[in-house]
This record gives sequence, C-alpha cells and structure tokens, in this order.
Amino acid sequence: MAVKKLGKQTVQFQNTPIIIGTSTTVGPKEGEGPLSQYFDVILKDDYYGEDSWELAESKMLRETVKAAISKSNKNISDMEYMLSGDLLNQLMSASFAARDLGIPFFGLYGACSTMTESLSLGAMLIDGGYADNLVAVTSSHFSSAERQFRFPLELGSQRPPTAQWTVTGAGAAILSNYGHGPKITHVTTGKVIDLGITDANNMGAAMAPAAADTIVNHFQDTGLSPDYYDLIVTGDLGVIGKEITEEMVLDKGYNITKVYNDCGLLIFDNEAQDTHAGGSGCGCSASVFCGYIYQEMQNRRINKVLLISTGALLSVTSAQQGESIPGIAHAVAIVNDES
Amino acid sequence: MRKMEKQLHKISKEQEYNEYVKKKVPKPNYLKNSIWAFFVGGMICTIAQFILNTFQDFGISKTDSNTITVIIMVFLGAFLTGLGIYDKIGKRAGAGSIVPITGFANSIVSPAMEFKREGYVFGVGSKMFSLAGPVLVYGFGSSVAIGLLYFFLSK
Repeated sequence: MAVKKLGKQTVQFQNTPIIIGTSTTVGPKEGEGPLSQYFDVILKDDYYGEDSWELAESKMLRETVKAAISKSNKNISDMEYMLSGDLLNQLMSASFAARDLGIPFFGLYGACSTMTESLSLGAMLIDGGYADNLVAVTSSHFSSAERQFRFPLELGSQRPPTAQWTVTGAGAAILSNYGHGPKITHVTTGKVIDLGITDANNMGAAMAPAAADTIVNHFQDTGLSPDYYDLIVTGDLGVIGKEITEEMVLDKGYNITKVYNDCGLLIFDNEAQDTHAGGSGCGCSASVFCGYIYQEMQNRRINKVLLISTGALLSVTSAQQGESIPGIAHAVAIVNDES
Repeated sequence: MRKMEKQLHKISKEQEYNEYVKKKVPKPNYLKNSIWAFFVGGMICTIAQFILNTFQDFGISKTDSNTITVIIMVFLGAFLTGLGIYDKIGKRAGAGSIVPITGFANSIVSPAMEFKREGYVFGVGSKMFSLAGPVLVYGFGSSVAIGLLYFFLSK
C-alpha cells in the first residue's frame, strides 16, 4: 500500500530528504539583475570558453554540479544518482555533463519544470531508501534555446510584449538523508493541462492553468492553507501567467496573493533589462531557487516555501504543425526545521 | 452522443480561456512602432535613392545604377548583420528594417552565421535559406505566373 501517498497527487515524506547544499551559475545578463548577489558564479562571457552555446550550457551544468558537491562537503563519488534535464534536443547539456561526471544518470524532460521534477524524484529516491546522496540539476541557455526554438540571434525581429527571456543559468541541489538544511516535506506531481493556447510567444498563459491546478491539488491533498507558506513561487510564468494563476487559484477558493511570486519576475528587472514579460527556461527556477531562495532559507528569512516549476511541453515540430501548447507544473514543499 | 457533448464542452472551455487571456495581453504600442518603422524604413530607402542618383549623375545607365545600388544595399545589410547591429535596428524598427532588401540580406546572413558551428555543408549551406527560402519560393513562383500571363496576353 502506498502509505506515503496523500490524496490524489501528493506524497508526504517520512524520512524527509534534506537539501544539504546548492550552487548556481548564471550568464552576464542575469548577473546584472536584481538577484546578482545570490549567484555563486556569474559568467563574463556566455560562451564560457567553449566552441558552441550548447557546449557552454553543458559546461555550466557540469561545473555547477561540481560546485554544489564541494559546497556540501561531499565527493563526486558520493553521488549515487544524477537527475537532470534541459531544453535542448535529446538533453544534450545534461547527458554530456553526465558523461564527464560519471554519476549514474536519469535524464528527465519536463521543459522548464525540470527543477521540481528532479527534486520530486530525488526526494522519493532518498525517502524510499534507494540512495543516501544524489544531485538534482538543470540548466538553460538563452542562445542555445533561441536557435533551437526561435530565430538566429542576429535576425532583426521584434518581440511581442508577452514574450519571455530564456535565462542563461544552471542550479544544482544536493539531496541527502543526513545533514543540515531545509527539508522536502511534500511533493505534488502535476498533470499535463492544455487549454488551447497556440501562441509560442505567450508561454505564461499556456502554463498558468497547469500551475493553478497543481497548487489547488496541493492544498486539497495536504489540507494546508496558503497562509502556511512564507513563499509560494512559480517557475517562469511571467507577468501575464502570474496574474492568471492568481485568479484561477482564487476561483477555487484559495487566496495566495500575499505570498505569491514568480521566479521569472524575480530574476530580471523587466523594465530596465528589456525582458518583456519576464525570465523563462529551466535555469530560471533552478537559479532562483538554488541561489536566492535557498540562501534566504538558510538565513531563516524564509522558512516555508512551495516551489512550482512550470513547463511548456511544446516542440518545434508541434508548433509548426499548429498544435496547442500543453503545460505541466510540479510542486515541491521545502521547509526549515523549527527553532 | 455523450462523447460529442464532452468534445463541445472542451472546445467552449478552450474558447473561454483564449478570450480571457486575450484580455490580459498588453497591446503593442502600434503608434510608436509605426513611427519607428516609417522613419527607419524611409531612411534606408533614402540612402538607396541617394546612391542611385549619384551613379546616374556619373552618367551610368538607369538599369546599371539600379543593379549597383541593390548590390550595395545587400552588402550593407549583410555587413551590419555581421557587426551585430542589424538586429538592434530591427528590434525597434520592425517592418521598417525587414521589408527593404537590407532585411532580406539580414535573413540570409543571420542563419548562416548562427549555424556555422554545424559545418559548411549541413550548417551554413542548408540553413542559410531557412528564413529567406519561402520568400524565394513564392517570389519565383509568382514571377513565373505573371510571366506566363504576360506571355499569353501580350500576343
């Protein structure tokens, strides 16, 4: 019997996994943003000394894993699993990094929801007794995403106000069954939800219904209320997606307005940095969580967080064939010990 | 029957959501965008006109001056793309810098630069016309159609 299952979509951990350390790497633009003091490494050059954007992204992911492991006082050989994914076709960044690191590897594709997807599965592995230490990591790179999903960088095209800016960044979290740090108490796994948005320049609206559904299910399954959390934060919904999520969750009877924010809005100053509706990409919620939120939790300025990374499950093929954009969102509850 | 009702319900829900989203989406600043497009597009055309007039003043025939002007404008578009300036102009000017022939050069040079890493055959060679290709296909197609019309009607 699934004794740790709570309601329809949620898991409550008994041997609560601990996030013993994190690390982040971001690009130059993110380093100029409001959260710059919270990032470990800010690249001066987003090629990162490599020949291509893809290799630069992979290096960013790999080096972030190494930094997170050493910050947690562990060795690479202590890591029993690496749960990782990214936006590139066939997970080039994650699998090429795993090739060099030599950690047993599960490749995950959840688009920009990968941070909470990897944290969810990692937490289940630890709680289930299948591992003592593992790493959950993801990355995205503005230029590699742009060339795969949109246009060449030098093309003179205009972005609509709803467009979002893919974050160049990586975030890695080390999960362990022993040590100090915030604990993962619950995981709510999201359903794929698609309300028929076809505009790839409006991903926030495409993903918002999935985020709202996961948040509502989390409260229903756990019986918790929005006041329980100090911060409820979605991955990369941007200005429009955030507003829609707030309204859809309120429609189901939960008012999250007071504690709710979005990583895509935290990472950039949209006005000054010309990022339109906000940041996006796997690296958005990864760097904001592993940087800003984790450090604020360590300093105990924030104690209870519900992190909901959000993914738009479109591909170049599905978009060209005129299909709508399915959304996904996974929630992870991260809580500091009392005292 | 029930399946159809369910289908209809799904469609109406999607429609409802799309209309709800449409209300939230901020409108682009059409006036500002049009002014930018007008002035940048106009500026590019004025430069081309200036080059054309200069060549004609030197006594070069109109057909030859046209050809030389087009060559120079295409070069300028490609050059500014290579320097990383054309995309910055395009961000503000929109159609103003896409419609003139400099924009056509930009749409060929930018993928050629971007995909150089994939090699000269499968990268540069095959991706170069990924954006300009449709323009060429339908441009050539319509010129053939008009040519045929001209051929038969002028007899």
